[in-house]
Amino acid sequence: MAAAARLLVTSRCLLAGSRAWYSGGQRIRSWLEQRAARLYSSEGKVTVKFVNRDGSTIVTEGKVGESLLDLVVEKNLDIDGFGACEGTLACSTCHLIFEDHIFEKLESVTDEEMDMLDLAYGLSETSRLGCQICLQPFMNGMTVKVPESVADVRQAVDMGKNS
Amino acid sequence: MSPRCSWLYRLPGRALLGGIRTLPTTRCPGLHRSLTSSAHPPQICIVGSGPAGFYTAQHLLRHHTQAVVDIYEKLPVPFGLVRFGVAPDHPEVKNVINTFTQTAHSERCTFLGNVTVGRDVTIEELQTAYHAVVLSYGAEDKRLLGIPGENLPGVYSARDFVGWYNGLPDNRHLSPDFSAETAVILGQGNVALDIARILLSPIDLLKKTDITQTALDALSNSRIRKVWLVGRRGPLQVAFTIKELREMIILPGTRPANNPSDYQNLGDFIKDLPRPRKRLTELLVKAALEKPGEKEALRRSQSDREWGLRFLRSPVAVLPSEDGKKAAGIRLSVTRLEGNGENAVAVPTGETEDIPCGLILSSIGYKSVPISSSVPFLHKNGIIPNSMGRVQDAPGLYCSGWVKRGPTGVIATTMTDSFDTAQSLLEDIKSGALNYSENRLGASAIRELLLLRGIQPVSFSDWEKIDAVEAARGAEVGKPREKILDPEEMLQLVCR
Ligand SMILES: Cc1cc2nc3c(=O)[nH]c(=O)nc-3n(C[C@H](O)[C@H](O)[C@H](O)COP(=O)(O)OP(=O)(O)OC[C@H]3O[C@@H](n4cnc5c(N)ncnc54)[C@H](O)[C@@H]3O)c2cc1C
Ligand SMILES: NC(=O)c1ccc[n+]([C@@H]2O[C@H](COP(=O)([O-])OP(=O)(O)OC[C@H]3O[C@@H](n4cnc5c(N)ncnc54)[C@H](OP(=O)(O)O)[C@@H]3O)[C@@H](O)[C@H]2O)c1
Ligand code: FES
Repeated sequence: MAAAARLLVTSRCLLAGSRAWYSGGQRIRSWLEQRAARLYSSEGKVTVKFVNRDGSTIVTEGKVGESLLDLVVEKNLDIDGFGACEGTLACSTCHLIFEDHIFEKLESVTDEEMDMLDLAYGLSETSRLGCQICLQPFMNGMTVKVPESVADVRQAVDMGKNS
Repeated sequence: MSPRCSWLYRLPGRALLGGIRTLPTTRCPGLHRSLTSSAHPPQICIVGSGPAGFYTAQHLLRHHTQAVVDIYEKLPVPFGLVRFGVAPDHPEVKNVINTFTQTAHSERCTFLGNVTVGRDVTIEELQTAYHAVVLSYGAEDKRLLGIPGENLPGVYSARDFVGWYNGLPDNRHLSPDFSAETAVILGQGNVALDIARILLSPIDLLKKTDITQTALDALSNSRIRKVWLVGRRGPLQVAFTIKELREMIILPGTRPANNPSDYQNLGDFIKDLPRPRKRLTELLVKAALEKPGEKEALRRSQSDREWGLRFLRSPVAVLPSEDGKKAAGIRLSVTRLEGNGENAVAVPTGETEDIPCGLILSSIGYKSVPISSSVPFLHKNGIIPNSMGRVQDAPGLYCSGWVKRGPTGVIATTMTDSFDTAQSLLEDIKSGALNYSENRLGASAIRELLLLRGIQPVSFSDWEKIDAVEAARGAEVGKPREKILDPEEMLQLVCR
């Protein structure tokens, strides 16, 4: 059930997961955030380059351990509609395309993330959901691409059927 | 700054104002607006406050530094299907409300609830008060089966049933009949799965959601033990998505009851399917054919409720009970497929099959309705004819969401198409196709009309009062909220 998916998110990525707990309770959330902050504050920063839908680029720096969704939100990156479900694996608007060499090193993808990715528009071989990917030192300097649109595949099929 | 507030600060104009909200926008909009803009700002109104309305507003406000965007909503409460459609056990989907709330808090956005456009105020009046009108009023009606017995007690449309458990005022007296053991859901989309889950979920799980107390009481006494989801086509054409299927397969207290022969010959087709359909089909096959592990087998054997998919069956008649007073079953025509893949068509074989049941839910889709004779409408497709959101042959009129595309697509789909519509409008402003040199009075003109007609609009801060009361009532019983069902009660709360 939904609750199970939420737990899963939380265990994968402390900071990102904490977002999923908004409905669960502020107390748990702040505890998680404090813990995460203690764990990671001493470690390094990671530079990430986003290529936006219109081809423009945004270079920004995040902390190890935070998710790409956290980074987009905290740095106010101008990516329309990113992260609609706030990291709870219920929307696919945080879809990002990775470079091959980074993609290979990412933690394995869960069925739940794959399920949401299936609804993402412009799915590629190296697609992942930004809310599920936490920054690691090896990602320093990586480029991630925002796919051109976030329409879901089912809709493309529906539209085909109508016409 | 809390991450949830962040994009608000990206709204041009908002940043200048910082966090100071001295003027309640809803009370004296004109005053504040004249301070922020030099010439007349474009005055835009949106009809409908579902995802389409809010995402269109969000895009307009973010990408135009002066545009004023007012949202008119028929109900006293905002958010459309996010409040009245999305299943109560999917709270995470409703997180979009946080973003919508930030849009509504923008100084250049006013929410006017409790105003039915087409009845309380006409489209022509809106067009006189605003430079542009965006129609985002969704799909309020349901598709009909058009079969004998459809109106018998015991037969409900998904739209009404969903409205009932989600607290839609119009459906609060539905009182569905849960006295039989078997329920049949016609249609195999995500709404059908939502309904199956609500019918079969252990009551202890539902108790923690924002499902209405009325629905909870009725479901606590439900005798439904078996739910069939009936599709006119085959397993390769189901309309639901994989996440929702997975959820159904592991629903506590229930076991899947599927017919293995429906899935046995799918192997050959699977490998060539596009990835989403492939994974969905693989999961269907696995659930039906693979021997469950020990733990899962035990879980299934201990479950006292079951559900199953029935394929190649198209509804032809609701069978009445002996006294003719209610539904007692459904007659299905057995079909076969012509063509294959997504476009396969079901044709009757001449055979029929009857399923005895006391509850029939028709989940074959929603339907948009025309809002005014002055707005073009394609009855066949149930949409407003448009090109990239520009209503055909109607300058200054735009549309977004389900009324633009038809009643399919998740919130993310609605978001994309609403951004597209907003983009078209912004391009028209830029190119001069949408002329806003002449001052328009916007909400203040409409408020005057409403006052004369005895209509009291509900502002966003009024909604926040209702919201607080609902949340407090929910907290008393361990739910995220207890929705108020009577619009009169909502209005009384805001009049205090
Ligand atoms: C039962 C159900 C469950 C769903 N669950 C999910 C889900 O879990 N996840 C997901 O991503 N998507 C889900 N969807 C799809 C999602 O709800 C839609 O994509 C989206 O709501 C469409 O947005 P909309 O704004 O076009 O329509 P709506 O959400 O219907 O909004 C239209 C608004 O216009 C108002 N209105 C109507 N007529 C007038 C009038 N004359 N004057 C003023 N206002 C008017 C209505 O009251 C309503 O508030 C679900 C859909 C349904 C039906
Ligand atoms: N959790 C979620 O993400 C969620 C939840 C609810 C809804 N939604 C979305 O909201 C949209 C609407 O959902 P929906 O379930 O109402 O619509 P839908 O996905 O279009 O499904 C409609 C179902 O009804 C069947 N049908 C249509 N006309 C019929 C007829 N005359 N006789 C028999 N069967 C008929 C269709 O079969 P055919 O294919 O043969 O036409 C299909 O199985 C969808 O895009 C859905 O994904 C999403
Ligand atoms: S933010 Fe919704 S799935 Fe990642």
